[in-house]
Amino acid sequence: MKHTISILVENKAGVLSRISGLFSRRGFNIDSLAVGVTENPEVSRITIVADGDDHTAQQLEKQLNKLVDTMKVKTLDDNELIERELRLIKVSAYPAQRSEILTICDVMGARIIDMTPSTLTIEICDSQANLERFNNMIEGYRIKELVRTGVIAIQKGSVTIK
Amino acid sequence: MISAARAMVKCLENEGISVVFGYPGAAICPFYDELARSKIKHVLVRHEANGGHAASGYARMTNKPAVCIATSGPGATNLLTAIATAYADSVPLICITGQVSTDSIGCDVFQEVDITGAAEPFVKHSYLIKDAAQLPRIFKEAFYIAGTGRKGPVLIDVPQDVQTALIDFEYPETVTMRTYKPTVKGNPMQIKKICEALEQSKKPLICAGGGIFLAGAEDELRAFVEKSGIPAVSTMMGLSLFPSKHPLYQGMLGMHGVRSANYAVNSCDTLIIAGARVGDRAVRSPISLADGKKIIHIDIDPAEIGKNIPVDIPLVGDCKAILSEMTEKISTVDYSGWIEELSAVKNAEPEGEETEGYINPKMFMKKLSNALPDNVVCVADVGQNQIWACNNFEIRSGGRFLTTGGMGTMGYSIPCGIGAKLAAPDREVVVVCGDGSFQMEMMELATMMQEKIAVKIVIMRNKRLGMVRELQTKMYNDVQIAVHLDGDPDFVALAKAYGIEAERVSTMADAEEKIARLASSDKPYLLECNVYKLESTL
Repeated sequence: MKHTISILVENKAGVLSRISGLFSRRGFNIDSLAVGVTENPEVSRITIVADGDDHTAQQLEKQLNKLVDTMKVKTLDDNELIERELRLIKVSAYPAQRSEILTICDVMGARIIDMTPSTLTIEICDSQANLERFNNMIEGYRIKELVRTGVIAIQKGSVTIK
Repeated sequence: MISAARAMVKCLENEGISVVFGYPGAAICPFYDELARSKIKHVLVRHEANGGHAASGYARMTNKPAVCIATSGPGATNLLTAIATAYADSVPLICITGQVSTDSIGCDVFQEVDITGAAEPFVKHSYLIKDAAQLPRIFKEAFYIAGTGRKGPVLIDVPQDVQTALIDFEYPETVTMRTYKPTVKGNPMQIKKICEALEQSKKPLICAGGGIFLAGAEDELRAFVEKSGIPAVSTMMGLSLFPSKHPLYQGMLGMHGVRSANYAVNSCDTLIIAGARVGDRAVRSPISLADGKKIIHIDIDPAEIGKNIPVDIPLVGDCKAILSEMTEKISTVDYSGWIEELSAVKNAEPEGEETEGYINPKMFMKKLSNALPDNVVCVADVGQNQIWACNNFEIRSGGRFLTTGGMGTMGYSIPCGIGAKLAAPDREVVVVCGDGSFQMEMMELATMMQEKIAVKIVIMRNKRLGMVRELQTKMYNDVQIAVHLDGDPDFVALAKAYGIEAERVSTMADAEEKIARLASSDKPYLLECNVYKLESTL
């Protein structure tokens, strides 16, 4: 089962390695990890998507809380979160295929951000479910390169994690 | 302005540190230079790991963070085993390492190692100081972190150029940390629930661990047991929380524990685990143990609750406050049927037999404890010697038992004994080790002599790595490999080479007299005991 965990940490050197080290040390698998500074420059927010059962997730939350640099850990409820991932995709696209790909991008809300006679570079930012749909449409073309940011997530409504 | 090295010494003085254990090297020399001008006593150990273990012994006797020091590179890596040992046993240590100058970090220069990286999995927290001005704050935080919540080792890595930088020194009075806030007060609702559960129980039992010592809750625990009338067992780290002959105490549980304790754990209907983490050597199958029982878990570390055993009533907080509140709330219930059931098992423990030409280690432990004062500190190493001591060294009121139950680090006992003796110079400290573990720590005989530390050492010499030998016998078809210590020196002669009085004992008939000489000496002393090679652990 997938768990989306938001962690607020001190924005200091070495913190990310402590967090990621904890995951590997305790045998938790990370699906994706994204990190960046928050509205407060002293605080970073890490979003981790990890796989494991509920006991594992609970342990993970407690172990993360034990790290001295950790301010707040919250496992986000799947129904209460808005999640996004940005993907950059370079696909082979000869002139005959271009319009098909452009149509897919148009329908799915993706953008073309670069173009050569033989390739198109696509940018798409969406939820995991929509990215999966887009992927199903595009994977018939030859994907030369795929770059992902990892998931970031925020709670719906006015609640915040502080 | 003063040098940061001077500030380091002042930080230690401000924390009330009077003894440190260490081993110098180039990268930590600015600090040592300032230490020379301080009243702080430096004990030069003969290996950095032993500096860490000695600090561990000191910390466990004082229940405050103790300090060990090593230089960069190999000095720091040698310290790692001691840091990991302290982490597993939740011992508060401040580990100071020298580091190469900041402009050389990452260049793989002489004696450079990323020690904060290497120690990361088993420190409570670590610092690599890059800005000398932050040093006083970091030391203040380090002591605070090491000594509060679930205690543990904190590493401070100080580059050489940082040590020589000049700073304005003011030691902070308080710690302000946005992130670290250990929970101490137990939830009153949960305490009420626990008391109710205990009053409904027919066969309650307390399993007390090392966390009780760390919380300084020894008296509170005993008061609770005595008022409630609930019997108790202890983990290895909880040994000496109760005198061995306390009427409600059933002994040490677990794989190497006594039958009476394991019987109690398996037969109880409500189990209160206090300051213990349900480690695999204490409870092999926690899930099946919990089946049909009410499990109550009290610990300062929320992550321990529910980690190894399913819990019915969890309670996070400091055992000292919680136990005293529970003592107030609990009503005395008559558990006499349950106690009688337990006593019958306890009194059925068999006596051992003697083998010609050897001492019986179990009987020997009893005699040893009888010859020493009530408030003796017994430090056991790791292996068969440890279990013999755990189950047979009789603890009386005021006595203390130290060993490493978490990591099981061989070579812990002598340095730990050195630290313990320095922390409690008026108490007798006796170390029990095997001929295997002794040879991992025997260099510290020099430290004992140099500092005139009158630790008494008992070597259980069976010319074997006895516990592994036993494992090979039982589980590997008796194929004995790499367990023979045939190259053992004459330990009596070896001790004498250091100027330490020593004797050998080979029969139980001689034991009493020779133990008496060990007990009456006011100097370091070593007693080598001939133990039969196939002597069993239990």
